[in-house]
Amino acid sequence: MSDQTISIIFFVLIIALTLGITIWASRKNKSTSDHYVAGGNIKGWQNGLAISGDYLSAASFLGIAGAISLTGFSGFYLSIGFLVAYLVVLLLVAEPLRNLGKYTFADMLASRFNKPSVRSAAALSTIAISMFYMVAQLNGAGALVGLLLGLPYTLSVVVIGILMTFYIVAGGMVATTWIQIVKAVLLIAGAISLSVLVLARYGFNPITLFNEVDSQLGSDMVLPPPPAGLVAGLDVISLNIALVLGTAGLPHILIRFLTVADAKTARSSIITATWIIGLFYLLTPILGYGAALIVGQDAISEANAAGNLAAPQLAEALGGPIFFAFISAVAFATIVAVVAGLVVAASSAFAHDFYSNVIRGGEASEQEQLRAARFTAVGISVLAILLAIPAASLNVAFLVALAFAVAASANVPVILLTIFWKRFNTTGAVAGILVGLISCIVLIMLSPNVMTGPNPEPPATPIIPIEAPFPFLYPALFSVPLGFLGCYLGTLLGGGGAEREREQGLQVSYDEIQVRSLTGISNIEQELQESTPQEEPRTT
Amino acid sequence: MERQDEWVRVERTSAFKELTRQRKAFILPATIFFLVFYFGLPFLTAFTSVLDANVVGALNLAYVYAFAQFVMTWVLMHVYVSRANRWDDLVDRARHEAAEGDGTSENGEAGRSSG
Repeated sequence: MSDQTISIIFFVLIIALTLGITIWASRKNKSTSDHYVAGGNIKGWQNGLAISGDYLSAASFLGIAGAISLTGFSGFYLSIGFLVAYLVVLLLVAEPLRNLGKYTFADMLASRFNKPSVRSAAALSTIAISMFYMVAQLNGAGALVGLLLGLPYTLSVVVIGILMTFYIVAGGMVATTWIQIVKAVLLIAGAISLSVLVLARYGFNPITLFNEVDSQLGSDMVLPPPPAGLVAGLDVISLNIALVLGTAGLPHILIRFLTVADAKTARSSIITATWIIGLFYLLTPILGYGAALIVGQDAISEANAAGNLAAPQLAEALGGPIFFAFISAVAFATIVAVVAGLVVAASSAFAHDFYSNVIRGGEASEQEQLRAARFTAVGISVLAILLAIPAASLNVAFLVALAFAVAASANVPVILLTIFWKRFNTTGAVAGILVGLISCIVLIMLSPNVMTGPNPEPPATPIIPIEAPFPFLYPALFSVPLGFLGCYLGTLLGGGGAEREREQGLQVSYDEIQVRSLTGISNIEQELQESTPQEEPRTT
Repeated sequence: MERQDEWVRVERTSAFKELTRQRKAFILPATIFFLVFYFGLPFLTAFTSVLDANVVGALNLAYVYAFAQFVMTWVLMHVYVSRANRWDDLVDRARHEAAEGDGTSENGEAGRSSG
């Protein structure tokens, strides 16, 4: 049996497994609530696994292992930032979001601000972030499948696109969640077995592995990159701002907290997720350095210039064609599952926020909403496929970093201020989202990511061959403060204060937001009556 | 403005005040701490070489600092969750206090304040 036949068998098995889950889930996918947030019935540990699944994308598994195998320590920044980001999510965002939101992140803003433009702006940023993220994943998937099965890039992207569309249209959030859970378990099993096989070669002592890297590949591979001036230094800070804040603004992660019953479950799901994600990221240096030593850096960069195939190559070197096929199939499942989660986030934003609440003014029936959500899922998928085809030459890491930076700039300021700032108003919310979103994208366009830079190693060949006016690769250092500034100035200059907006019915009182976000009480009259002692029933 | 009075009534209970006080006393310092600890690593590696020193074999301080971030994340996460689970009791108490306090707010002015 040829190696490619083995690969095909594993791919077919993985696809059959996910299709089976989807068909099973489609029988449970009946209401809009099922479709958007799995009816709010996901258990804590299940949701924790699903969050891990959403989070451990192609960028995490293929990208970080590849980056460490080629550049050493600087690749590990991604692991640390992606993990510590969960403290921002847990301490500041998750519980208020769970308590205020319903189906989407825009619902949470809408719980305070009663103005269609706030919802529209939030839907717009959700779709923009998801689209960048999706194009990145499809791009990676296309390269992976193309290399493993010999399919051309365009055909691979189209096949994956059709698969994920089917998962979502048929199975909604229920299917997406279970595909994530299965994939998370497979991915972790794969990463652990790869690491054990690597460590077995070095007497199960990670220090020996570090020593070998140091002596065979040079100390540059273990040491952090030397200081290279102010711009380069600030660029590192800027990348880290996007990494640590971005997660708290990623729509497909945020909606995961709406799939559970209460804040307590949201909390416990973050514990599960953070342990799994952290343990996984602790393995990335072993995978990366193992690949650099066992596969060899030349072979890795020859297969893919960004090192994206280092992990599958390592599997082949350690366990032969069957292990290679298994790891590749897991990587493929990873990409399909993450893209499915993104499509749910983006299509919910459009169908629930824009179509049903803004266009139809909240009048759309359950059936109409569900139909709209399914049509939008198809539309979003087609758009992502069309964008991913010409993006073949773009660097995957660049697109993911862009998604994180946009999330940190457009969504995070407005989420934090909605929860914590009493004077915040509707103009501030809209201004914050738009300023963060637009400044971030414009700065990327003007940076060495797109134009020619002074930097000797831009991540991609320049798309526009003129000198970049903005010298930084990562925009978050500027665009995140600009997002906050947009919120602040919008509030100060636009419309009435929070108090006047409340009288006009444009926002609810901050008293309500504070009590709701901290206690999870939503139907207050009823809940207070239920808490009243039985012997002296009272009415309101 | 009937609806708003109810929220203010919960907000004014001693249990809710205690909840916001305790949350702020934990979350503010904890957030400042983990952000400073987190950005310490990129600052020190991007602008200095102090973390280049080896600790054990070729394992250097930068990696040790990086692994310490993992430990910090897990520890802080568990500390937060154990507190948050206790705060749930305060939420229940606030609900009861607000319900019991129902007709007893002598001056019906509660709704006007926004404490």
